[in-house]
Amino acid sequence: MKMIGTEPRLYEEHLNPTLMNRILKIPSLLVGGAMFAVLIILAVSIPFISPYDPSEQNLSAFLQPPSAEHWLGTDQLGRDLFTRLIYAARTDLSIMVLAEIVPFCMGILLGMLAGYYGKWVDKIISLITDTFIAFPFYLIVIIVAFASGAGERGIYITFMLVGWIVFARVVRGLSASYRKQEWVASAQTLGLPGIRIILRHLLPNVLPQAVVVLMTDMVGLLVAIVTLGYLGIGIAPPTPDWGTMISDGQSFITTAWWLSAVPGFAVVYTGIALSLVGDGLADLWRKK
Amino acid sequence: MSTSPILEVEALSLSTKSNQKLVQDVHFSLGRGESLGLVGESGSGKSLTLRSILGLLPSGVEQTGGSIRSDVSSAMVFQDPRGALDPLCTVVKQLAEVVYYRQKLSRKASRVAALELLELLGLPDSLKREDRYPSQLSGGQCQRVVIALALACKPGILLCDEPTTALDVTVQQQIIETITRLQRELGFAMVFVTHNLAIAATLCSKLCVMKQGRIVEHGDSLAILQNPQNPYTQMLINSVLPLPELEGSE
Amino acid sequence: MKKFWLFSVVGRALVVIFCVMTAVFFLIRMVPGDPAKMILGEYSTQEALESMHHALGLDLPVGEQYIRFVQTLFTQGDTGNSIINGTSTRELIADRAPVTLLLIGMACALAIVIALVLATLAATHKDKLLDHVIRIFPTVTLGMPIFWVGILLILLLSVRLHWFPVGGVGEGWWGTLYSLTLPAITVALSQIPTLVRSLRAQMLEVLESDFVVTLKAARLPSRVILFKHVLRNAALPTLILLGVNISYLIGGTLVVEQVFGIKGIGSLLFSSISKRDFPVIQGIALYCAVSVVIISLLIEILTRWLDPRTKGKP
Repeated sequence: MKMIGTEPRLYEEHLNPTLMNRILKIPSLLVGGAMFAVLIILAVSIPFISPYDPSEQNLSAFLQPPSAEHWLGTDQLGRDLFTRLIYAARTDLSIMVLAEIVPFCMGILLGMLAGYYGKWVDKIISLITDTFIAFPFYLIVIIVAFASGAGERGIYITFMLVGWIVFARVVRGLSASYRKQEWVASAQTLGLPGIRIILRHLLPNVLPQAVVVLMTDMVGLLVAIVTLGYLGIGIAPPTPDWGTMISDGQSFITTAWWLSAVPGFAVVYTGIALSLVGDGLADLWRKK
Repeated sequence: MSTSPILEVEALSLSTKSNQKLVQDVHFSLGRGESLGLVGESGSGKSLTLRSILGLLPSGVEQTGGSIRSDVSSAMVFQDPRGALDPLCTVVKQLAEVVYYRQKLSRKASRVAALELLELLGLPDSLKREDRYPSQLSGGQCQRVVIALALACKPGILLCDEPTTALDVTVQQQIIETITRLQRELGFAMVFVTHNLAIAATLCSKLCVMKQGRIVEHGDSLAILQNPQNPYTQMLINSVLPLPELEGSE
Repeated sequence: MKKFWLFSVVGRALVVIFCVMTAVFFLIRMVPGDPAKMILGEYSTQEALESMHHALGLDLPVGEQYIRFVQTLFTQGDTGNSIINGTSTRELIADRAPVTLLLIGMACALAIVIALVLATLAATHKDKLLDHVIRIFPTVTLGMPIFWVGILLILLLSVRLHWFPVGGVGEGWWGTLYSLTLPAITVALSQIPTLVRSLRAQMLEVLESDFVVTLKAARLPSRVILFKHVLRNAALPTLILLGVNISYLIGGTLVVEQVFGIKGIGSLLFSSISKRDFPVIQGIALYCAVSVVIISLLIEILTRWLDPRTKGKP
């Protein structure tokens, strides 16, 4: 007779999952967190690490390739690239975090209200969400950032206007499904007022997922900040910003390509770090 | 009845990749035209045993011990009739496709053969005129199509994974009758998985009772019903509710 | 019953379009300060300001302004004349639109094809090296600014390898397509990771379903199972995702046009912004948003039509 299926695996083989599985079982939390920590440490300690001032021009030393003196070379005004890079990290990262606060809270609140109460509250909030979503993100960002005055302030206003949507959507979905579950019904029969249920019971359940979304959203926000800088309607010079650095470097793409490339890699690095943290958190909270 | 078995399962063990044991040390054999009932509650590993006979374990499950030997091919009938059919493909087309690839007929001949099969299974003639999607058929009709699909492969063994559990009670009886009739006509062997001991005993001459991945009792159906050795089997027998005594009757 | 669904979905889209219109209308009024002053400068005379107010229709009560706005929109598809050169917005946009639309179309096609290939490879080689590499892709590319990717592509493929022109739009059919290839790839790259993630997940789900086991048990050739059955089932939800991503696709195109110096709607937007040409800005915003709503609507109707599960018992 023929054998069906495969040769049975011996018991011991199961103790050796493939290499990739083992690597990927390492909490992405660790790797992402470490990457982000490195970034923070660099950003905080840059005044002590680098002897240069980010705005200090030294026209005799312009467009130098990486060397022992200038770890990443110099830009077209002779400024040390590495120093500028890390100072730009300070600017961009702090704006990224600050600009998320209001949309995060607002989005969660509106999402919970829409999901929990449903009916016309949901309809109104959903309508507003759908309206804003119809505008391509960068279109709105560009127009509003410009309209409310370019620079930091513009970014904050823009994001307060449109940044809450993604949180509201996710939280709304979660709230709507939680509302149908038994523990909500039992809380309601106990006569607890809606607000209390929302804050005391719904919020803690909704928060973990919202934080995971926050990580991904921050990456998008960082990219938007940098894009605005590139387009000239973001952070104004001479404050260093990765976007303006890329834009400045584009004219020298043939001779000093690293001027544009390196700040981009910095953004990618941050993006990877945050994404990994987000994935790790998602895994962490899923297992529980 | 031939004495040499067409299916031999020996010491079969299945576990997940993280070494959680799902099925342990399962033995049974099947002769030509025989029917074996695999009975147990959910989680007892009966469906997985079927999948391993088919040679198509779900991802994440591996065979970690024992062997399965068979001379003939097998086909399977699933619990959820709608899930077993491609929702985007019409029913006759799907059946004809299987016939085309398995029986190596021309496209036209496949379609004719498909329609014959459907007639054999008692599906309405209206299907001949207008092909339908699975979502447009009733549960019972879908299940008949799934059985037709299985039979189109001309299997020596028909594996049935609780084929009636998801159907209405009246339809259940019809499907069981259909399967019995077909087995008489076509002569395939059968492994019938169910949690209902009564159905298994009616259909099958041999029974295996499974609990948590192991076989706790096996043998002739009649012998097991009259004289169960294992308390778990006794519990299963008791759980098939008899007709309640009506008030005012003797 | 099916007709009811159609009406409610179209109705909702119309309501959203109406809200979009209103939002665009209030766009100008949201800007702090006097728009006329912004256009004419700080030191313009009172007369100049007043005539500008009149030109912009700002001297009428808000309600009337709104009605005027809606009227012009419906009768002429226009949001007013450009402040700079007096041409109607509609003409300006129509003039620049073809290039942008072509770019969007190319990016879309590229994104779909590449995403399909990658997702299929990943799903069929699950947990092997290829799968892991493809899965890491979205994590890495999430943080890549679209314009930066464009610059890198220019560096590699135009400057170093001379495969493509550095920017601008070529002549004739072939020239145009050729010069738009690099920008199209850039835009497509921004959408591919999300599409691959979703498509791969859908395919894996379908690959585990009972009917695939049935087909495999029937020993149908794997190619047939994959392309005829699995892909079609997995594609449906991804089509919906594509509809959602249209908005990002358009936004990305506008930015990429700046990187490659392409004279499309993107560059029109930026020049209007720097010159504070409000009507044109409004027009662009409106057309983009309404396009997104309409495309999403069409995709929703298409998916429903393609899905036989909604056909119901005759």
